[in-house]
Amino acid sequence: MVKPTAATTKDDAQALFKSLRSAYSATPTNLKIIDLYVAFAVFTAVIQVGYLAIVGSFPFNSFLSGVLSCVGTAVLAVCLRIQVNKENKEFKDLPPERAFADFVLCNLVLHLIMTSLPAGWPR
Amino acid sequence: MSSTRFLTTIGKFVHFQGYEDDEIRFNCPTVTINIIHLLRLLEEAYEALRTFEVLGIEKKPEDATCKSVVDTLSSASSNSKDLYHALRVNGLLKCKTSTAALEGIASRLKDGLKHATLLLDYYHSVGGLLLIKDQSPEVDVLLGNADGIVHSIKALSQSDGRWRYSSNNPDSSTYAAGIAFETISGVVSLAASAIDENLIGTLKKDIVKLFDSIEKYDDGAYYFDDKHIDASGHQGPLSATSAVVRGLSAFAATSGNDGAYYFDDKHIDASGHQGPLSATSAVVRGQKPLLEIPEDKILGLARLFLGIGIPGNSKDLASVPLILSVPATVLSLTSKDKLKVRVSTVLGSSAPPLSVKLMQIFSSGSKDASVLKQELHFDPKEAIYTMEALPEGVDIGDYVFAFEIVLSDLELKSKYATGGRTKVPVFVTGVVKVDNAKVTLLEGDSVESEKKLDLPGKNDVALSANHLQKLHLSFLLTTPLGKPFKPHQVFLKLRHETCVEHIFVVENTGKQFKIALDFLGLVEKFFYLSGQYDIELTVGDAVMENSFLQPLGSIELDLPKAPEKATQPPPQAVSPYLRFGPKAEINHIFRVPEKRPPQEVSYAFLGLVLVPLLTFLVGLLRLGANFKNFPTSAVPATFAILFHGGIAAVLLLYVLFWLKLDLFTTLKTLGLLGIFFVPEFIFWSERERTLSHLASTAAKLKSA
Repeated sequence: MVKPTAATTKDDAQALFKSLRSAYSATPTNLKIIDLYVAFAVFTAVIQVGYLAIVGSFPFNSFLSGVLSCVGTAVLAVCLRIQVNKENKEFKDLPPERAFADFVLCNLVLHLIMTSLPAGWPR
Repeated sequence: MSSTRFLTTIGKFVHFQGYEDDEIRFNCPTVTINIIHLLRLLEEAYEALRTFEVLGIEKKPEDATCKSVVDTLSSASSNSKDLYHALRVNGLLKCKTSTAALEGIASRLKDGLKHATLLLDYYHSVGGLLLIKDQSPEVDVLLGNADGIVHSIKALSQSDGRWRYSSNNPDSSTYAAGIAFETISGVVSLAASAIDENLIGTLKKDIVKLFDSIEKYDDGAYYFDDKHIDASGHQGPLSATSAVVRGLSAFAATSGNDGAYYFDDKHIDASGHQGPLSATSAVVRGQKPLLEIPEDKILGLARLFLGIGIPGNSKDLASVPLILSVPATVLSLTSKDKLKVRVSTVLGSSAPPLSVKLMQIFSSGSKDASVLKQELHFDPKEAIYTMEALPEGVDIGDYVFAFEIVLSDLELKSKYATGGRTKVPVFVTGVVKVDNAKVTLLEGDSVESEKKLDLPGKNDVALSANHLQKLHLSFLLTTPLGKPFKPHQVFLKLRHETCVEHIFVVENTGKQFKIALDFLGLVEKFFYLSGQYDIELTVGDAVMENSFLQPLGSIELDLPKAPEKATQPPPQAVSPYLRFGPKAEINHIFRVPEKRPPQEVSYAFLGLVLVPLLTFLVGLLRLGANFKNFPTSAVPATFAILFHGGIAAVLLLYVLFWLKLDLFTTLKTLGLLGIFFVPEFIFWSERERTLSHLASTAAKLKSA
């Protein structure tokens, strides 16, 4: 009885994966770009955490700065995706350019703070 | 006289208490004794020097006193009082002062006179100028405004003949009157032009008025006294009277008459000095035509001065007392000093021919005295009486010599008072021989080791003992005449390496000095401290010329361990100068820097972090992100360029911030950029919206 369950699980996973992939390819390109951007940001953050795990937490400020900028920009990108997504009824009236401009502005502010962070809080 | 003996005794005391630095083994803090400089204050220095001069004692000029004089004379902050006293001492010591310096002082004193308001200021300035005139005749000390100065001094006088010290203070005194007379006479003698005669006349009246307040003792002596007691100003009848008499004599001398009018006897020498006793002679020289003072009052004043402290009875006051003085009261047997005696009158002049006999010698220890009747030999060149050799049996020690004066010419007996027997304390010093000095270490009763010592020379014995043994030290002390001698100080000192000291007195029987230290009994006294002890022997006395403090060596003591409740040795004194020495070095503990990973690892991760960026770009290309919608026509292009340029500028600013700038400049620049680019944002976004709207409507139209 084990074998068929495992096989079923595996088959199910594969089927799930396939369906996800096909559904995803239906999303518009710009949303895919944003998703890619989010993945890039998260991946960078993960690498930094791995570095911390290896060499220790000194200097902690630098770690915070790096990780928080990655995470922050990912969050902002997610917000942008929400606002730009045409299927999202709440943000129908918001022009995507405006959302993009907000995204850019917020990123600029975030990166300003994160640039000054490694020199000590607050600097 | 007594001060000389005091100084000599102090000198000897300091000598055998002194340490020689190279012989101290352990660096223990010690206290040093300094010879007190007795002659610092110039006023007291003057009095002391004048006393020596009157008594005929030779005194070398003290360098310290001369230095003090020269310093005071050259200092710009000295007032007229300091200058006056310094000049007085200079007159006696004859320190090296330049004429230029004296000229400077003379001009300062003259300036001082112009601005003076107090009587004492006038007195010191005029006195100083008179002294400069004596010491350096070429300096110009003449006063231009003599009349004015006399007027100002006279303004302080009162109707009863007394004087006030200043115009603010209503207190008056007779002493001040004496000072005023002396000052005025000084001004008169220094005047460039003759003083107004009327002024002198009013002064004479003042003097006569002052004599109305004279008082009388029962024995016929007259004196002046100050009525009220003022803590600073009250001088007592002797000083007040002497000040008045001094002033009168100075005043009388300035009138120009030099009356050869001696009081009874040609032997009284009027040298014009300022002591109270010599003032009498000056008064006696006084002028009858100038001052109308009753003769009995003058005699009464003389009686006052002559009656002070002179041996004899009151009948002798009509005759001149003779003083016998011994200039050197410390005689050394080693240098075979001769006993010298000087006889003079009270005023310092020479005595008539007489003979001096040494009648008795009392020694301090015994009650009886040897009776001699030895006559002293007169040396006319030096005018002293000497004794060739000290009498037999005079050993070192403390004696009292009794002298008697016998006048050669018996007729003079009514003129001179010899004063019976004069007792003079004399110290006879000599070298004390130390013999048979040895230190022995005993175990029970048997001698373990014995070492001979060479005293008072250097010694360095090294012994070692435990608490069961005993230490014996013995030596003989003999005087130059071979008699036993017991000095004031015979101490044995043991000093531990921790500077804990123990002092023992060495007892004597006859000549033999012996001390036995039984360590068994001393264990507690030594606080159970084992280790090396330095041994020092001190033998000293005022009459011993070779007093010594010698380290003898060291002894290594092995004492049992201290029990629980033993007393701790007293804490040793820390030299007070240690706190000015260098302090302990401070070692700062710095924060240990954190462990950093090796650079290669860091660079590897840097590369690794950039990988996602590359992945993103690759992904963009794969997704077919179009970069085509960049507008090419002029106006929108400008906006687009500006928009993207603005973002690029801000990012560039961030890079600069990271590399170099601080937050404030960054914020300032960011603010400027923001002001510029916010409208850009709005325009661009509107533009894009319009464009996309247009594009979508166009597409709709197309599809439709």
